[in-house]
Order: sequence, then C-alpha cells, then structure tokens
Amino acid sequence: MVITVALDKSADDARPWIEAARPTHPSLIDTAHVVADLYNMVNVPTVVWIDEAGRIVRPNDVAFGSDTFRHITGIDAAKHQGLLRAWVRGEARAPGADDVRRLQSLPTEADQQARAEFALADWLARRGRAEAAERHFVRAGELAPHDFNIRRGSMPIRGLDSMGPKFREMIQEWVGGGRPYYKPLED
Amino acid sequence: MTTDKKDGLTLIDDGRAGEIRARVAGGRVLVAADALGAGGAAEVDLTEVAGRLGRPLALDVEERAAWLGVSAAARARALASLEAPDFALPDLAGRVHRLSEHRGKKVFLVAYASW
Repeated sequence: MVITVALDKSADDARPWIEAARPTHPSLIDTAHVVADLYNMVNVPTVVWIDEAGRIVRPNDVAFGSDTFRHITGIDAAKHQGLLRAWVRGEARAPGADDVRRLQSLPTEADQQARAEFALADWLARRGRAEAAERHFVRAGELAPHDFNIRRGSMPIRGLDSMGPKFREMIQEWVGGGRPYYKPLED
Repeated sequence: MTTDKKDGLTLIDDGRAGEIRARVAGGRVLVAADALGAGGAAEVDLTEVAGRLGRPLALDVEERAAWLGVSAAARARALASLEAPDFALPDLAGRVHRLSEHRGKKVFLVAYASW
C-alpha cells in the first residue's frame, strides 16, 4: 500500500500533480510539515517502509519513481524498486531492528529549533506578516542548513522560485562544500 | 508601559494556538504562570520554561507570537522505538486519512513536494 504526502504550502500546489497521476492510494497534503517533523525528514523525496505491525523496517531513504532526474541526482530508480518489490512480495526480509536504528538519523535540538522557527514563520506568513516571517525562515535555515524541506520548501511561501537563482545559489554552496544534496541509505 | 495589545501573546503549542497573558520586560517574555498551568511564581520567563522542558521555542517579540515545538529527545525516542509515528492528514477532497488505519498492510510512505 502506497501513501504519498505532499509537503506543499497548499493543496492547490500539489493538486495538478495528484490530478495528473490519478492515484488509487491515499494522496495526502501536509501544509504544516507534520510528517517531516515526526520522521525527521530533511528533503524530498523521502521514503519509509512500514510493516504490517506499524513498525519502521527501513528508515528514511531517497527513492525516485523514475529516472527522469537521474542525470542530476545520480540515483538509479530501479535499485530501490527492486528492493521494495522483494520486500513486498516476501522474497526478501527488511533490515532488522538493529540495522534500522543504525541507519536512522535522529533529530538534534538544533533541528527541532529550526522546525519551530519554520513553523512560526509559516504561521506569520499566513497572516500576512511577511517581513516578520522572513526573520524566522532565515533563522531556521541557519540552524539546520541540511534541511531542504525548510530551506527549499519555504521558498514558495516566501515568494521565491524554488528552481530559480536562489535555489541554484543555495545548492551550489552546499554541494560545493562537498556535501550531498540527496543522501540515500548506504546498503 | 503596557497597552491592551501588549498584555497578550499568541502561543502555538505543537500547532494549537491560544492567547495567553504576557508582557515583555528587558527583552524577556514574562507569562502568567497560571496560563501555562504552572504553579508558584505569578510570572515565569517563557524562554526559561521552554528550556526546562527541553522544547524548542521560536519567539517573535514584536509580533507577540511564539511557537512551542516538540523536543528532539521526544522525537528521537519515538523514532528509535521503530513504531511508525502516526499522523492524520487530508487528501485533496478534504477526507482525513490516518496512517494507523492501514495496520495489517505493508506501507510504502512517500514524502514529496511540487517544489
């Protein structure tokens, strides 16, 4: 069973993609980044495997549905799909609890402070307090520079183009420092 | 000197907004202890209270607004338990779905965005 969650500022931002895909699975809208906070997700796409008992059996990973952006991401969609198919069919076991914990990335106090700053900024922005909101969006990004759900995800709320010069500048600075934009699990 | 507006603050506690009595003094936000359900002193420093709880507090004194988030320790504990944190979110039609409704099935959870 697939459940998708759009970390978008409004349902209308996600609507064209959902309507074009015509999914039969629950396709949810998370304007407040609730799931990002609960699961410590710091970028999109992020995928999690949850078993029949409601337990995480593969923590946050990067996976794409197709190879459309492979030339940019360097991530082969088929690899994760193969692992996922084998798990769903029961042909392969998911990682054990110790492996899951080893692969998990847990939030720090700075990460949670950044999420609080982002949430306050979003709350202010929705009340037309753009200038005040900006202070907290900036602080959130400084506290958690690796959190692109905050740094890039806030761009549409701040009236910035999330694929424009500000984004390119941000990603060049990040990747130029030897840090990956996508961090798939190593296994 | 205080005005009516300056005697209040919107405190958003993990997503739920409420108005509480508060005043700013020397850059600190002093909140009526009873507004936070705390006993003792008549007023407490909001930042200190959040710190004692280990919870992140984002504060905008000018806007009279504060967001109290969930502590890193609480989030880390929940994730390390490996029990998938439950959530309830709407679809495009406004129908709310809960992760835990799907117990008994393997779930492939995908977070994405249009940006």
